[in-house]
Amino acid sequence: MRLEPREHTPLAARLLAPVAAVAAALALCALLVAWTGAPVLRAYGLLLEGAAGSRFALTETLTRATPLILTGLAAAVAFRAKLWNIGAEGQLYMGALAAVVLGGGMLDLPAWLLLPTVMIAGAAAGGATLLGPAVLKVRFGVDEVVTTLLLNFIVLLLVSMLLEGALKDPMGMGWPQSAPVVEAAELPKLVERTRLHTGLLVALGLSALLWLIDTRTIWGYENRAVGANPRAAAFAGMPVTRVMLRTALLSGGLAGLAGVIEVCGLKGYLTLDLSPGFGYSGIVVAMLAQLHPVGVVGAAVFIAGIFVGADAMSRAMPVPNYIADVLVATSLLCMLVAGLLTRYRLRRG
Amino acid sequence: MELFQTILDILVSAAFWTAVLRIATPYILGTLGELLCERAGVLHLGIEGIMTMGAMAGWMAVYQGADLWAGVLVAALCGGLMGLLHATLTVPLGLSQHVAGIGVTLLGTSLSYFVYRLVLPQASTPPTIEPFQPLDLPGALAQTPMTYMALMLVAVVAYVLYRTPVGLAVRMVGENPAAAEAQGLSVTAVRIGAVVAGSALMALAGAFLTLSAFNAFFFNMVNGRGWICIALVVFASWRPGKALLGAVLFAAFDALQLRLQQVAGGVLPYQLFLMMPYLLSILALVLVARRASYPRALMIPYRKGER
Repeated sequence: MRLEPREHTPLAARLLAPVAAVAAALALCALLVAWTGAPVLRAYGLLLEGAAGSRFALTETLTRATPLILTGLAAAVAFRAKLWNIGAEGQLYMGALAAVVLGGGMLDLPAWLLLPTVMIAGAAAGGATLLGPAVLKVRFGVDEVVTTLLLNFIVLLLVSMLLEGALKDPMGMGWPQSAPVVEAAELPKLVERTRLHTGLLVALGLSALLWLIDTRTIWGYENRAVGANPRAAAFAGMPVTRVMLRTALLSGGLAGLAGVIEVCGLKGYLTLDLSPGFGYSGIVVAMLAQLHPVGVVGAAVFIAGIFVGADAMSRAMPVPNYIADVLVATSLLCMLVAGLLTRYRLRRG
Repeated sequence: MELFQTILDILVSAAFWTAVLRIATPYILGTLGELLCERAGVLHLGIEGIMTMGAMAGWMAVYQGADLWAGVLVAALCGGLMGLLHATLTVPLGLSQHVAGIGVTLLGTSLSYFVYRLVLPQASTPPTIEPFQPLDLPGALAQTPMTYMALMLVAVVAYVLYRTPVGLAVRMVGENPAAAEAQGLSVTAVRIGAVVAGSALMALAGAFLTLSAFNAFFFNMVNGRGWICIALVVFASWRPGKALLGAVLFAAFDALQLRLQQVAGGVLPYQLFLMMPYLLSILALVLVARRASYPRALMIPYRKGER
């Protein structure tokens, strides 16, 4: 058996690949569900129902998908330029930190001015967090995978320190949490009496914008060229270093915005469990979407549905809700193989 | 001056160095495992997940009634299996080593938690086992058998890498796979073997945590140790002896900050001390990056006949 590159990948294959990967992941995880003794089809039925079976389920899934779209975009943008940003989790918390500092009553601005200010500041904080590792990479050749990962731990400790110190809410009953953001810094709800907020529109808008940048501008072209072959791009006269740093700011900014939106749209204040691993799940979202900015939306909704549905399922059945994380990880690995098969075909001999 | 004296007092105490060796053990094992994979040309970001897997599987085996050493073996086998997954994806299929590794970490971690929760559904306080006890060897710092095993494994890996044909093969496929293939070696087979063996070592690092350092499995127990091992491999310039040195230095720093925290904890927030290991790892990467001599085929998939 050997792999032979395809000259041309049919569009149908590219669209079918994520579907096939998810189907394979569901089939593999069915073994685990069966091991728990729960009836597999019933379990998956409950999962689907919990994710999309009611108005409440649907809005919960979309609420959960909102930060995932942003962290998914963050990963997709960076991976396209072969900048291996594994630090979206930390960048998200830096964005959230900026949101509670500026949105906590420090700036006395009307809502139409305060919200954009907080968002830009959060994005800047996230971008600055990734800029460090990016500079170390282009300047000293330090591998960014490890530095961005280690920064996640450092940022979480920093947040923990501030939540127990300078940012601690005096009204918080001693819990390590920040004071809530002021009303003018809250994102309006999208659907009344649900948790779904207008952050979803921001995420969708950015997904569309990034797709336009990607296909219609010189920026997008440079990003892809640098990702495909940095030496060739440099030879063609492209400012490789500048493209890398620009990508870092953009990617970190998107992750930082995810933090702002979670604070201003959903939680209202900052705690250490603001993100249940949105930064890491964003990597899976990006891979399922094959790094396509619009595909990220679909992938994020799918992953969010798995998490929301698995919670509902594990309340009704003795299946631990960690099955959601297993499903997501398996989907990622299956997607890697499916993606390979769209680019290569298996030949005998 | 007073701080200097405190540090000096800590550094000369035997209890300190006993702690250092204990803290260093998972770093030694994990770094050796990662080093073996990278020497064969495969970056293995699955280390964090495999350590979690080893910690859970080894502990679970003992909790279900197995002997402690049988638990160690179970952990190594599980690690090897996860390594086979990473190797299959990255070597014959040539998929992105970064993304496959993240996938293996996510899978290893979540699968460990899933299995633990499934077997012990309502354990609010983690159940415990009887772990390895420190040996009372004359003239040595009292350590558990797994620490001595880790020290011996450093010598074994160094010997195999530099003094045996197998080691030569591993180094060759990491430096120049085309030349290795021309010599009649199967690059695929050597790389898969190295990743499986390296992953078994990573799982031992995890098993040390539950079978030797502690007596229970709890969530987030690996807590970034795997990623630090990756930094230590760079620091060690891909050499087993230097990996041992790096792990011990790092552990000494960690043990020192733990003790300083008790002295200066009232003045400085404890999180500052906890940040030190991560900051130190980044600093080490920066210092070493300039003169780092990567295995030249690291992260480059090899396909026969393709250049």
